[in-house]
Amino acid sequence: MRKNSRFPAWLAAGLALSAPFASASNLVFCSEGSPAGFDPGQYTTGTDFDATSEPLFNRLAQFQRGSTRAVPALAERWDVSDDGLTYTFHLRQGVKFHSTDYFKPTREFNADDVLFTFQRMLDKDHPFRKAYPSEFPYFTDMGLDKTIAKVEKVDEHTVRFVLNTVDAAFIQNLAMNFAAIHSAEYADQLLKAGKPQQLNQKPIGTGPFVFKRYQKDAQIRFTGNKDYWKPEDVKIDNLIFSINTDASVRAQKLKAGECQITLNPRPADLKALQDDPKLTVPSQPGYNLGYIAYNVTRAPFDKLEVRQALDMAVDKQAIVDAVYQGAGQLAVNGMPPTQWSYDETIKDRAYDPEKAKALLKQAGIAEGSEITLWAMPVQRPYNPNAKLMAEMIQSDWAKVGIKARIVSYEWGEYIKRAHNGEHDAMLIGWTGDNGDPDNWLGTLYGCDSVDGNNFSKWCDADYDKLVKQAKAVTDVEQRTALYKQAQHVLQQQVPITPIAHSTVYQPMRTSVQGFLISPFGRNSFYGVSNAP
Amino acid sequence: MLSFIARRLGLLIPTFFGVTLLTFALIRLIPGDPVEVMMGERRVDPEMHAQAMERLGLNKPLYAQYLDYIGKLAQGDLGESLRTRESVWSEFLTLFPATVELALAALLFAGTLGVLAGVIAALKRGSLFDHGVMGISLTGYSMPIFWWGLILIMFFSVGLGWTPVSGRIDLLYDIEPVTGFMLIDTLLSEEEGAFVDALRHLILPAIVLGTIPLAVIARMTRSAMLEVLREDYVRTARAKGLSPARVVFVHALRNALIPVLTVFGLQIGTLLAGAVLTETIFSWPGIGKWLIESIGARDYPVVQNGILLIACLVILVNFTVDILYGLANPRIRHQR
Repeated sequence: MRKNSRFPAWLAAGLALSAPFASASNLVFCSEGSPAGFDPGQYTTGTDFDATSEPLFNRLAQFQRGSTRAVPALAERWDVSDDGLTYTFHLRQGVKFHSTDYFKPTREFNADDVLFTFQRMLDKDHPFRKAYPSEFPYFTDMGLDKTIAKVEKVDEHTVRFVLNTVDAAFIQNLAMNFAAIHSAEYADQLLKAGKPQQLNQKPIGTGPFVFKRYQKDAQIRFTGNKDYWKPEDVKIDNLIFSINTDASVRAQKLKAGECQITLNPRPADLKALQDDPKLTVPSQPGYNLGYIAYNVTRAPFDKLEVRQALDMAVDKQAIVDAVYQGAGQLAVNGMPPTQWSYDETIKDRAYDPEKAKALLKQAGIAEGSEITLWAMPVQRPYNPNAKLMAEMIQSDWAKVGIKARIVSYEWGEYIKRAHNGEHDAMLIGWTGDNGDPDNWLGTLYGCDSVDGNNFSKWCDADYDKLVKQAKAVTDVEQRTALYKQAQHVLQQQVPITPIAHSTVYQPMRTSVQGFLISPFGRNSFYGVSNAP
Repeated sequence: MLSFIARRLGLLIPTFFGVTLLTFALIRLIPGDPVEVMMGERRVDPEMHAQAMERLGLNKPLYAQYLDYIGKLAQGDLGESLRTRESVWSEFLTLFPATVELALAALLFAGTLGVLAGVIAALKRGSLFDHGVMGISLTGYSMPIFWWGLILIMFFSVGLGWTPVSGRIDLLYDIEPVTGFMLIDTLLSEEEGAFVDALRHLILPAIVLGTIPLAVIARMTRSAMLEVLREDYVRTARAKGLSPARVVFVHALRNALIPVLTVFGLQIGTLLAGAVLTETIFSWPGIGKWLIESIGARDYPVVQNGILLIACLVILVNFTVDILYGLANPRIRHQR
């Protein structure tokens, strides 16, 4: 007993000594990994964007916090030509780039910065890219290298983008994190000094926070940008990312008050977090979808009846309960209900093993037929446990006489083989990129994606026509009508069985005010305060 | 003695090449390349993929890649991380002090407690204490590190609030990394309370990492002590009327420590292996975590050279222990 009482006394003395940063306003975010670098264009993951694009940079347009709507940011407004091929951006004036011990800007943000940012991504012979060879995978993946014909400077504060094809999602794409605007002046300075790689190590942006220091796998430190163009958004003096890869440890740190906000808790930790009076755990239906993709180029999935039968043979609610442990929402459509143009009238096929059996018989499928069902080897936001999900589906399908053999590969190999179409049915999913319906209905099920993200290899002429048409017009109402028709075709043709949208939880201390959960899973701290 | 050292050194060269070949081959046996891994379920544009593979030098045949690698190594160039584009050597230098600090603390914990427990158990052979120490050390040896770490965190950090959950220091202290050793850097920073805070952060990870070595050292010390205590010179020392403490610590322990020293050397490997898990649980920014993440990202240069550096370190420590052992015990160097 005596021993015990001495130990904490010693620790308490230590604690009493520690009162760093007493007067400043601080926020510690328990993040889940180290960023690969600080040049957002080069990267694709949320971990990279949370640490770079969100705090340090701005885009021409930005997603409104907590929403999928793109609103003006570094561009105050824009005009679109009648043919939809020319976008003229009127840039915000009086925006300052960060002033640090490694760069002091001599001018404010202007058209040259926009030109530098986009020309580096477009032009393989751009001088900066020659000096510091890089790829821009997200930019390429969204097709912007093909969409954008040229970027021109009209005057100091006006920039014109000329497109090769009409892209209704163009503004949404520019609001994505990879399109962060760099300082052309800083890039020039680095090029002259022969240190272009520093663009990826010591970032300079116009964002709400200024880069201070990064220690790999330990912390990233930012300070509030006192010259930010929207001063009311900077409510924290010191923003600190504490890097913790293990979800349970992040939860414990939050409970112990070592950080004020974290992300991606394990379902098993949720109860304890919700029960803690010092914490709050807001949640939101995820902007994601976990689904089964049927490879329609292979028998028996080339037959519509088979797809319909297996679709109605899956007891989805049981999966949502067991795999998502309640932290999921049953999916009935090829995109999440939070996506505009989602058709509410689409109803899920009822779970009906008897009818499924009849359909299979009708299709001439013998009882005991074997197929492969691929299960992802990794945990993703849209599917926390693919192995368990595969086992449940296997048992559901066994009930209607289909023997599914569960197959899994290492993640890279899994995707590669799936791109090659080696699977019969596979578990996969998606998290939305840019808030546009085309990012679901075109990217995942369109004919142009059969070698890419369309893992069903399904190419339906009627469907594709609707989706392409919708992408080529800018009127939202017209697009919505077209997408709703497309969703009906998708539901009738069953290239996929939607399973669930996982719920996103964001645990934080009650002292954190103003944080909004991002549909894209971003963690942005502008407009957020912490008042312990 | 010189020929003994030369023979030992001669063995280092094939070991070194073996390690380079093994790591080079093993990491490439894992399917998927760095570009594909980065893209996840996204489409990989073939043109972009080809361009990236060319930039990274991964489009060449394997033998050419290996020759490039060895050629660069010969010039002391460990290459650049494919993921972060930072030099492997500079990343290693940033992260290594954290691992060393943790390993030393773990070794200090395991060594002090292990030797003490081993000595007492040997002196009280067959007693309840002896059985207790041996039982606990067997449990310690079999302890799953991940589980053990989380249990300690839940009990001491969250339940009792005595120690911090993870990390090397409360991040509200802004400590400029000078040496990379947090205990030293906090002293240099002159920030009030920072040193104590860093020390508190070290306690749980050191205990977790030190648990297995502690068990090994305790058992080894006990058996070595039992053997030495039976020796004639110990009986003589006792017969001369020396105090029991002097007999145990000067005459017996000193000789019993020779095999224990070898075990200390061998524990370096265990500590580095255990660091992988301990660093993950305690968010300790060391080389264990670095390597695990690099394997996931197919970061070939980091995996190859990171493992090579660790292998060199283990080889070097064992080599030093061999030499020390040879010095301490002439019979060994003459036998070989």
